[in-house]
Amino acid sequence: MRRSRAETDASQAKLSRRAALLGGVQLLFMGGLAARMNYLQVEQADQYLLLAEENRINIRLIPPTRGEIFDRNGIQLAQNVPSYRIVMVREEAGDVEEVMHRLAKVIDLDPEARDRAIAEVKAAERFLPVTVADNVSWDYLSRVSVNAPALPGVSPEVGLTRVYPRGSDFAHIVGRVGRVSQADIDAQETPDAVLRIPRFQIGRINVEAREEGLLRGLAGTKQVEVNATGRVMRELSRREGQSGADLQLTIDSKLQNYVQARLGTESAAVVIIDCENGDLVANASSPSYDPNLFIGGISSADYDPMLESKHRPLVNKTVQGTYPPGSTYKMVVAMAALEEGIIGPDDTVYCPGHVEVGGRKFHCWKRAGHGSMDLENSLKQSCDVYYYDLALKVGIEKISAIAKRFGLGIRHDLPLSSVASGLAPTKAWKRETRGAEWVIGDTVNASIGQGFTLSSPLQLAVMTARIATNRMVTPRLIKSIDGIEQPSGGGEPLGMNENNLRKIRKGMHVVVNDRRGTGYRSRIIAEGMRMAGKTGTSQVRSITTAERARGVSRNEDLPWERRDHALFVAFAPSDKPRYAVSVLVEHGGGGSTAAAPIARDVLLQALYGGEPPLDAYPTGDRDRIAEQQKELRDVQPQATIKGKDQA
Amino acid sequence: MSYLEYNVKHVPTGFRKILHLNWPLTILLIAVSCVGFLMLYSVAGGRFMPWAEPQMKRFAMGLGLMIAVGMVPIWLWRNLAGVAYLGTVVLLIAVELFGSVGMGAQRWIELGSFRLQPSELMKITLVMMLAAYYDWLPAKRTSRPIWVLLPIVMILVPTALVLKQPDLGTALLLMCAGGGLMFLAGVHWAYFAVVFSAGIGLITAVFQSRGTPWQLLKDYQFRRIDTFIDPSTDPLGAGYHITQSKIALGSGGWTGRGFMQGTQSRLNFLPEKHTDFIFTTLAEEFGFIGGFSLLGLYALIIIFCIAAAVINKDRFSSLLTLGIALNFFLFFAVNMSMVMGMAPVVGVPLPLVSYGGSAMLVLLLAFGLVQSAHVHRPR
Repeated sequence: MRRSRAETDASQAKLSRRAALLGGVQLLFMGGLAARMNYLQVEQADQYLLLAEENRINIRLIPPTRGEIFDRNGIQLAQNVPSYRIVMVREEAGDVEEVMHRLAKVIDLDPEARDRAIAEVKAAERFLPVTVADNVSWDYLSRVSVNAPALPGVSPEVGLTRVYPRGSDFAHIVGRVGRVSQADIDAQETPDAVLRIPRFQIGRINVEAREEGLLRGLAGTKQVEVNATGRVMRELSRREGQSGADLQLTIDSKLQNYVQARLGTESAAVVIIDCENGDLVANASSPSYDPNLFIGGISSADYDPMLESKHRPLVNKTVQGTYPPGSTYKMVVAMAALEEGIIGPDDTVYCPGHVEVGGRKFHCWKRAGHGSMDLENSLKQSCDVYYYDLALKVGIEKISAIAKRFGLGIRHDLPLSSVASGLAPTKAWKRETRGAEWVIGDTVNASIGQGFTLSSPLQLAVMTARIATNRMVTPRLIKSIDGIEQPSGGGEPLGMNENNLRKIRKGMHVVVNDRRGTGYRSRIIAEGMRMAGKTGTSQVRSITTAERARGVSRNEDLPWERRDHALFVAFAPSDKPRYAVSVLVEHGGGGSTAAAPIARDVLLQALYGGEPPLDAYPTGDRDRIAEQQKELRDVQPQATIKGKDQA
Repeated sequence: MSYLEYNVKHVPTGFRKILHLNWPLTILLIAVSCVGFLMLYSVAGGRFMPWAEPQMKRFAMGLGLMIAVGMVPIWLWRNLAGVAYLGTVVLLIAVELFGSVGMGAQRWIELGSFRLQPSELMKITLVMMLAAYYDWLPAKRTSRPIWVLLPIVMILVPTALVLKQPDLGTALLLMCAGGGLMFLAGVHWAYFAVVFSAGIGLITAVFQSRGTPWQLLKDYQFRRIDTFIDPSTDPLGAGYHITQSKIALGSGGWTGRGFMQGTQSRLNFLPEKHTDFIFTTLAEEFGFIGGFSLLGLYALIIIFCIAAAVINKDRFSSLLTLGIALNFFLFFAVNMSMVMGMAPVVGVPLPLVSYGGSAMLVLLLAFGLVQSAHVHRPR
């Protein structure tokens, strides 16, 4: 196709016009570049020359101040205290190894720590200051300052380090911080820049770890001018970071102190929950450990015994440990049967001491049998056969459903590490995980909280609070964040038949307050403070036929790790529930002897907000209790700091 | 006028073509490259290795390639435009599927020892394609919607592929170059006005939506944009380099510290001192005069290209020359703005000066096309 001359000429002219226009724009832009060059190189030259000649600009991160943690009354549980440290900047040190060797002589750094510091300095970005020695004494600090000319790139700094003034009492709640590791950084898609500061402290477990996002805050930055030896001459500009949020826990540290002290060296756990709002006012796991030991890196001499101990001090038994709930599960079975209308509270079951189900003999704990049992009596005397019978009638699915509504077998979302979900078994569960069909004997075992059934002390406390209130009490650990109150766990109505629950509560009341109840020895006699509860003793071994033939061996004759777990759940006051408690003593023997007295002591302590008067106790116990109170007053630690002084 | 109407009798043949090369342009290119060798020699601390020598070898190769391309008649290149364009798009897809990952993005294909970066090549073949398109399209149709839509698709397909690598910088350059070429071809003002206002409207909408319940991007995406626009919000990343770069530049003053006298230790702050940030070395050692001279050389290259385009009566040749000049301009304009703290840090090298083989070869190949257009222009 031929195009007309005129047309091509016109388009050619247009192209030239536009080429000139675009060329003009380009030249204009280049003019702009030249102007900028002129501004930087001619007008501002003196300033930049000075910066380049005399000093260097360094950008440093200002680590954010970590949020502090308080108990419900404002007592400090985790705080930041000033600590002196020595930092080194690689590009200013020049020969890192040489400078480090000199520094090691000045501050008596052991060779292992020195080599670790060298590796850390080399791994960090060249312009970032790296902490080479922490918690340095004032004496060493001044020595470093005096020797500054021989130590290029080395400077002292004041920083903050974490301290847990309440020591071991809160290790299983507040947790602890530790130094950030490469693995922590790699685990995140877009790691926060502050994590790249070696030895930066991040939460390792429990609240410190789970609420890391709130506690850490945001890093600020400062531009500093440093001279040729790397010393900071002045600060040019500063962008403030944002401190982490302060957390207030629901825990009452005075009560927590008492509970830990009361448990002593026992391998045990206690959870006290406020029935009205779900607040965990105490959450004690014993034995515990001092989190302050971990902060600067723990020595294996300290750590190995913790790992190897049979009493597992590193495990948070209240939420992480799951145990067969034993007879404390009987309320679940009873409630399932009542809700299904299978029995009435006054219907009786005859207990001959054992029943035969599916060709197997299941015994009651009382070999001679209880005789005719109704609901109240069955709880009071903890008759097993009554519950075998109920469970067979109501079926495992209904029991499991009620257990879940009571808060068993489900994971409660608390900011603690490894919160276990426990297990309220169903037929489907067994098929999926064990690949075997549910057999009738499993139901019988489950009816008394044995077999597959597992609960944590936290779950048992939640269950007790729900029984006591008929509300969906949900545990809460964080009371407020930066002064902003968090939603309480008082909960919606549980929707169970209040008349049925009242029967259960009556049964729990007589467990403690009736002469024939299994918990009678641990009763409270102060009016309006009476306790209702349920004992539990869960087997960690099955009783062999041979043993049964010999007569069941007594717990005291067995090695510790084969003894029964002792459990007790309770609430008080029984007519107007305020606190619910669960106590577990690992391999403690019977629930009535090992767990119930603890429950009574801690409940009284909670109800009175301090040491209870002796007349709350039955007359016969008072001398012993007075003695015990005296001892515990001495043991309760008040603000101990056992931080290790390094270097 | 179309190439069919060339009076080919007057076009030089054989080795006589060498005499008709655009020699001023060739000399300018050599001059700029020599500045590059000098700086690479300097940043290596006065040594030819590891950068200056390989760069010189590659430049020699590239120069040969440029002349070879320049010898081939321009109408042949015009006929190849479509194939070249489609081929590069296929390569971009291949990178997506089999490419190596570098700096967090898929960018190149390994061909033996040679690394092919199709997005580099795309800048040239897109310009070729568009120039050929507008050469073929009768002038009166240029601004009709359907004929405007077609080149937009031609631009957006490779842009989308490059964006997916992800290489936002190159994608923007492709859009600018493509848009520039459409402008040169005479597409009506109104289209550009509409696209500009729509773009500004979209950007405003996105930013206005921030903090409202219907915000169009996630919070972290906004933060990334913040860092991209204002590197000082990331003082240890991009912002750090800009600060150091400005100090090095500013301390050069009028005349600089002298060749090899730049305080190299200071420039060690810059991880890319021999590539993207090489201009700081030049400006520090030769001062404002040095930096301005390089800018002058670049300006002359642009001016000579525009002049060559205007005297060339072949529409394809003109558009191609202008498009390549525009690309070249975008390269150094973006790089210098970035180094002087006027633009976000995107990985764009300083053309012919920064160390890097594949970018230089592609650039010289492009100038080979400019030479071909000049040699075979209708007379």
